[in-house]
Amino acid sequence: MQKLYSAKDYQKYVDKKSPNSKLGLNMLKAFLTGGLICMLGQLLMNYFQSRNLDQMDYATLTAMCLILLSVILTALDIYIYIGKFGGAGASIPITGFANAIVSPAMEFKTEGYVLGVGAKMFLIAGPVLVYGISSSVILGILYYILK
Amino acid sequence: MRLGKQTVTFEKMPYITATAAIVGPYEGEGPLKDGFDRIIENDDNGEKSWEKAETKLMQDTYHLLLQKGNTTEKNIHYVLAGDLLNQNIASSYAFRDRECSYLGIYGACSTFGEAVGIASMIMAGGFAEQIICITSSHYCSAERQYRYPLEFATQRPPTSQWTVTGSGGLLLQKDGTGPMVEMFTAGKIVDQGIKDANNMGAAMAPAAADTIATHFVETGRKPEDYDLIVTGDLGAVGTDICRELLKQYGVDVFERHEDCGLLMYDRSKQDAHSGASGCGCCATVFSAYFYPKLRNGELTRILFVPTGALLSPTIVQQGESIACIAHAVAIAG
Amino acid sequence: MGDKLLNAFLVGGALCAIGQLLIDKTKLTSARIMVMYVTLGVFLGGLGIYQKLVDIGGAGATVPLMGFGYSLAKGVMKEVDQNGLLGAFTGGIKATAGGITAAIIFGYIASLIAKPQGRR
Repeated sequence: MQKLYSAKDYQKYVDKKSPNSKLGLNMLKAFLTGGLICMLGQLLMNYFQSRNLDQMDYATLTAMCLILLSVILTALDIYIYIGKFGGAGASIPITGFANAIVSPAMEFKTEGYVLGVGAKMFLIAGPVLVYGISSSVILGILYYILK
Repeated sequence: MRLGKQTVTFEKMPYITATAAIVGPYEGEGPLKDGFDRIIENDDNGEKSWEKAETKLMQDTYHLLLQKGNTTEKNIHYVLAGDLLNQNIASSYAFRDRECSYLGIYGACSTFGEAVGIASMIMAGGFAEQIICITSSHYCSAERQYRYPLEFATQRPPTSQWTVTGSGGLLLQKDGTGPMVEMFTAGKIVDQGIKDANNMGAAMAPAAADTIATHFVETGRKPEDYDLIVTGDLGAVGTDICRELLKQYGVDVFERHEDCGLLMYDRSKQDAHSGASGCGCCATVFSAYFYPKLRNGELTRILFVPTGALLSPTIVQQGESIACIAHAVAIAG
Repeated sequence: MGDKLLNAFLVGGALCAIGQLLIDKTKLTSARIMVMYVTLGVFLGGLGIYQKLVDIGGAGATVPLMGFGYSLAKGVMKEVDQNGLLGAFTGGIKATAGGITAAIIFGYIASLIAKPQGRR
């Protein structure tokens, strides 16, 4: 049979036919989820601050606590529901980064501890580290030249 | 006998004498739950990995099918099997050490149609008396191969479809009773340039429309000659598009079209987005829903059109669009 | 105290809502958004813009992945100030070592104990 559409026209037609995500609602959910996770972070931070630790330490401690929480929730099969509800609100906070590390580690355990857990752990988080660290090196060099 | 470039008809039509379907727990909560032969309790099916779980699903379906078809392995001349996993491992390992000739085939979610078509031709050629066609898919094994780890917290767009956990098969016999395979229209690979792996229904709809329209042109039949035209797993988006494309080809199926991907889950209650998909989708729905109706006379003739998106994560990451296919099998009760 | 919490909620929520907008509108996957956010965080951190957001939002700015980028940037600049060019290579990971190590070690332990669940 003759094709009815060119690729471009078909894409346009499909876009018209496909239901869109409920953008407003999804954004609101992401806002609430992300906001609450950050608020929890602030609570932890306030607590560590009140213990009179130096600046760098309490930021790191906060991050570590949130990561631990996220790993526990992922292992208990709960974080996925937070992700389902909150979308970007669950993946953009540091808890989402932790989820991105622990979920493939759990998933690929069946392929062994070295090439399964060890290698696949960075399936999704790897790019975050690669691009984050690489861009920071470029920044450092520029900063060294320009300062 | 050849009717056209893509369509053949069988003078001595093979009988579908039995079917079997085993599905996962989530499918077992859907509207077709009473039609399935067995519903497994856990997704892991008592196995250590998802791949092994799927393999066991197919093995169990195979044994159940032999039992329901009142036959034994030594009567089966060929098994035609396929699934979604790399190198067709669920199928190959399901038939490891079995005493029957095994032909592994791959057509993504259209595999079941491909299997029935090839098997019918083998039988019509006089080369076999009993053939089993069987396919499987598993949500968990498909997720880790095609998408993300199961516990990765991410949302699905509303156009996405869910891979069915299930295995379905049928027994084709030269002599017997039951619905018969009348014709087979083998599909062409159609690619309309859709790149979004989360909208496979839209990618597959042109392939389905092409095969169905070709079937009517080459056979001279009309949609009214069938009680139903049953597509594999177009889902809500693909179904809508396929019907409209067919109308533009001059084939009106609005009154008599069903999609297995829409029958599997209760979309108002279950989290199913655009519907179900996977090799196991049309195979289990055919076994649980359409086959009994063909058998008891509720349906006299259907055109069964499994659809497949022949993508791999590698080719999608390389920026290619999704090549699709659909095969049409005319089945008379 | 209450203000700080509210600010964290608002700033963090807004960063996530923007991410959601990008996912839904551009079909970018959440994995790509994560990469984008970190890189953008490094960039804005280097320009000194992100510091202002941290001053306002506190954890609302540091907890999202952009804050991870900001820590990388801040660490790199601090080390360059102290050690010269070598700092460009050591500062980033040094500043974020706690978080990265925690994710790896907790993630590893979790994978020993837990098993992913199927369709629900």
